[in-house]
Amino acid sequence: MRPFKFSSANDARNAVQTIAANTDAKFLAGGTNILDLMKEDVMRPTELVDVSRLNLTQIKSANGGLSLGALAKNTDTANHPLVRQNYPLLSQAILAGASQQIRNMATNGGNLLQRTRCSYFYDVAMPCNKREPGSGCGALEGINRMHAIFGWSEKCVAVYPSDMSIALVALDAVVKVQGANGAERSIPFADFHRLPGDNPEKDTNLIHGELITAIELPKNNFAGKSYYLKVRDRASYAFALVSVAAALEMNGSKIKQARIAIGGVAHKPWRALQAEKMLVGKEATEANFRQAAEAEMKNAKPLEHNKFKVELGNRGIVRALQMAMNGAV
Amino acid sequence: MADEFDEFAEAELTADEAALLENLPELSELGEARRKFLGQATAMGLGTFALNLLSQQEMFAALETPEGAMFAPVMEENAVKVTMKINGAEKVVTLDSRVTLLDALRERLELTGSKKGCDHGQCGACTVIVDGRRVLSCLTLTAQCEGKSVTTIEGLANGDQLHPMQAAFIKHDGFQCGYCTPGQICSAVALMSEAKNGEASYVSANLRTNAKTVKLSDDEIRERMSGNICRCGAYPNIVAAIQEVHSGRETAQTWSFYTPDEIATAENKEDEKDATV
Repeated sequence: MRPFKFSSANDARNAVQTIAANTDAKFLAGGTNILDLMKEDVMRPTELVDVSRLNLTQIKSANGGLSLGALAKNTDTANHPLVRQNYPLLSQAILAGASQQIRNMATNGGNLLQRTRCSYFYDVAMPCNKREPGSGCGALEGINRMHAIFGWSEKCVAVYPSDMSIALVALDAVVKVQGANGAERSIPFADFHRLPGDNPEKDTNLIHGELITAIELPKNNFAGKSYYLKVRDRASYAFALVSVAAALEMNGSKIKQARIAIGGVAHKPWRALQAEKMLVGKEATEANFRQAAEAEMKNAKPLEHNKFKVELGNRGIVRALQMAMNGAV
Repeated sequence: MADEFDEFAEAELTADEAALLENLPELSELGEARRKFLGQATAMGLGTFALNLLSQQEMFAALETPEGAMFAPVMEENAVKVTMKINGAEKVVTLDSRVTLLDALRERLELTGSKKGCDHGQCGACTVIVDGRRVLSCLTLTAQCEGKSVTTIEGLANGDQLHPMQAAFIKHDGFQCGYCTPGQICSAVALMSEAKNGEASYVSANLRTNAKTVKLSDDEIRERMSGNICRCGAYPNIVAAIQEVHSGRETAQTWSFYTPDEIATAENKEDEKDATV
């Protein structure tokens, strides 16, 4: 690991100013991802500002919904009574990720800022446009079983790894951030992460120095019918091949509204808007679920080794909707 | 012997390395012994790396080895001073900002129970309990531990009396090589309080209803212990050990040591076999 200056912040404003003043400085919270990347020499910050002691850990009702402090631990968020009661999809998605030890360390804000686990990004001997812009993409014609089937570019085919974020995009969350000049802004979750395009080195639309302060969840009526399905190579403690966050609100026997988001398929949480739209007003039958899934997945552009993700996506969407309908959570 | 090394050194140095050696004032004064070492190191393909190490060694040779440490720190950059409680005792350490909690425990505090498996947060061998929560010490900077309370495997027993989880791991043979065991046990100890507090897992039913306490099925234990990898595959025995502590119901030990009689019988059989060959 390369040397870095360490400081512990006790004030958000100071922390933001310190980071903004040094383009090679990074916030440090749980550290579960950035320290690993620093050990691998993938990330080389010259300065870390520990924000984990900032007073941004509350989980509380706000505007009829819920506000999650950016520095609340993943474990505490998943187990908070209001989250379990009103947003069980979020609890389930958080608990599907990592291990208990890592969830005990990881914060909500940090979870959003996880970097891809693409093996070419991690291996500094390999070309990677995300790690070193202009060096090429090793995965495009390499081993790309784990990679994207939606929204990739010639520059980058990596996928975004967070489970929590897949639930958050389905729940129309909003990310609150604080900037260097003290100004706050709100970023709709769907606009928080970005597709790789020509700049895969940028994972999100955050400006350097901006600090996530909270994640807000609007009120909804999905709590009784939601499910987070995660399909992976082993039963636990592995990243998703494909994951599906599904939520339904019924009007009698008809679907009033549906929320579907897919993980493990793109550079950002992939909201299945096409499938959602198709389900409105329909009966909650397997045939309708399948039709909606296929309408979404037919636009997938798989790579050489991940063609299986298309059918896995189809079946995953159907299964997650069925589980949601059964009130499985 | 010495001549052999000298010849080796002359023969194996590349032109670049020889020039580098010439241009490094602190190295030119090192004398024969260092040149011999350099020759050996070069032979191992480590020439320039060794040069770098030698110059660092020279510069920091004056640093003293702290009490209880095996090695003197080669270099301390961005030093931070941290006060923590380790297994109930207050410890103050000054170290490079890069030092993880795992390295501080093992290399500075003589607590080598916590193990370095992968050093990347994938195996759980380094699991310790910080402020009541199990965490990975390999992905925790010591600098972040100011004022925190750390419990390691060394802090679980009460004198000679093993922690119930330690005793259960022995009774149920919850290990083979033992390398993952300190992490497994710290993880399992923390799991007991998580279950007591009603925390959920991905395989928990009825997420929406907050149970006061959780009764762990074997599936629940497997899911909640998935962050601790055991390469020997002692998983069924680990689950049995945890289940016994969690349920409070004693279960039979499924193995035992040979008695002296059994050993004698086995030896006799071996002798007979040898005699017939």
